[in-house]
Amino acid sequence: MSESVISFSNVSRFYGEVLGINKVSLTVPPGVTSLVGPNGSGKTTLMNLMTGLIRPTQGEITVLGISPEHPEKLCRVVGYCAQFDTCPKGLTGYQFIYWFLRMHGFTPAECDKKTAAALDRVSMTAAAERPVGAYSKGMRQRIKLAQAIAHDPQVLVLDEPLNGLDPMARAETIALFREWGQDGRHVIVSSHILHEVDSISDQVILLSQGYVVAEGEIKGVRDEVKEQPMQILVRCNDPGGLAARLFLQDHMVEAKISRDRQGLLLRTTDADSFYLMLNRVILESGLVVESIAPADDDVNSVYQYLIGGEGGTV
Amino acid sequence: MQLWMRQIGAVLRLEMKKTFFSKRGWWIYCLAAAPVATTVLHWLLLSGARRSFPRHHVGDDSIIFAGLFQFFYLRATIFFGCMGIFSNLFRGEMLEKTLHYYFLTPMRRELLVIGKYLAGLSVALVLFVGSTAAAFLTIGRHFGPAWSDYLYHGPGMSQLGSYMLVAALGCVGYGAVFLMCGLLFRNPMIPAAVVFVWENLNPFLPAVLKKISVIFYLRSLCPVEVPVPPPFSVMVIDADPTPMWLAVPGLLALSLILLAYTALTARQTEINYGE
Repeated sequence: MSESVISFSNVSRFYGEVLGINKVSLTVPPGVTSLVGPNGSGKTTLMNLMTGLIRPTQGEITVLGISPEHPEKLCRVVGYCAQFDTCPKGLTGYQFIYWFLRMHGFTPAECDKKTAAALDRVSMTAAAERPVGAYSKGMRQRIKLAQAIAHDPQVLVLDEPLNGLDPMARAETIALFREWGQDGRHVIVSSHILHEVDSISDQVILLSQGYVVAEGEIKGVRDEVKEQPMQILVRCNDPGGLAARLFLQDHMVEAKISRDRQGLLLRTTDADSFYLMLNRVILESGLVVESIAPADDDVNSVYQYLIGGEGGTV
Repeated sequence: MQLWMRQIGAVLRLEMKKTFFSKRGWWIYCLAAAPVATTVLHWLLLSGARRSFPRHHVGDDSIIFAGLFQFFYLRATIFFGCMGIFSNLFRGEMLEKTLHYYFLTPMRRELLVIGKYLAGLSVALVLFVGSTAAAFLTIGRHFGPAWSDYLYHGPGMSQLGSYMLVAALGCVGYGAVFLMCGLLFRNPMIPAAVVFVWENLNPFLPAVLKKISVIFYLRSLCPVEVPVPPPFSVMVIDADPTPMWLAVPGLLALSLILLAYTALTARQTEINYGE
């Protein structure tokens, strides 16, 4: 099991007296995992710890069974696109990727091949011979991404990887993350933009003030938040009649009819009872239902319930 | 080729590509060129005014060069040049926030230290040993055939070899000191200033303390002794010079110890760019 997951066991990291993360225990399976939390919540600390750039004050970390204490083993399976918007000066985009591949010990021919493939994946082939210093922010972000993936790592750690990318590049990059996740790799992404996290992630880790507040699949995390009524949107031909029937139930908290009078937004403390009740109403009254969908099992809502704040952009 | 050799080679070549003839090192090239410019000027001036200095002999230029070497090359050119080259190898990466790229490669940090040191040493050797040779060869050119005779049939070549050896050892020793300072200290200028004061106080220190310094061993290896002029001569404390068989391996051993300590430190170093 430990050979295929990233595992944190009671890990704490302090910067002097300042808390980075505290007593974090979690397991990250393959797929796309998003780290979500406000500034200073410990996202970058968590990423730096799993890539061996910093050491835990206490606790144990393993990445696919490898301790970050052994960078010569770890960095063969890990690629990290860090938050720093910097690249070594005096190199072209091609040289930047090529020379760090040489440090892995690949032969010049292998490095050439891998560099070309990585540049192609981030659509930077045309700009490869230009100095990195002359790149725009978005291009630097892409060349950093190419450098992180060039050695074909099993674990990709990406700190705010969508920063500075234009909408087209964002969409392409998100598609890449999904592809890597579906390949069975670990893709760990931190992002401030919650709706993007929602569209990328198989699972989320919510952090606040150095603690893991919740982890797991987004729906599972939402189900754990018992004190917040579930929101469900029902599109049907008679939302008023449905609201009247449902309000006889104790678990119903609120119902709002949409402006087009075709939708009903409900808040209930017992989703299972609600769905049973809805089935009965449909059978008894002949209600025509177009769609039923949970309205708050996204990262944004979960984030607001657990951590607070405005959501949207953390 | 073994993996570790390929990795060191990659670091060496990348660093050479980044640092050799980089714009930011202009002052180091000026430092290396300054003594050569001085000796070329000396040659040109005295070529046109030989009759004004009838008593000026080849031996005089040999002593002038010894003074230039001991007081300018060793104490300024090589010292500050090595400071500029070696302390930037790690500190420069930290300031530019690029050190993590190296730390994220699957190579042992010890190899990274060796690769960076060898890159710095290659640059320093080319600049400072080359500059020493060029300065020595030009200082007496105004003597014409007498200077060639001094070089090829006199002690000239042997002196040149000794100066080049001392310059190379200076690069090796100061390189190791400043590579360590660059990794250990947020501002390597402070330890560099302390080392500079210590090295320059050397002639006035008691014999025991003299020996805890790089310059003492380097001076022991210099082929021509420079007389200290009064009033400083009364403050100088004499100590037996270290023989070559002890000075050379001693300096190399000291450099190895410093490099080993730097490598151990690098293993424990974390990425913290002070944010």
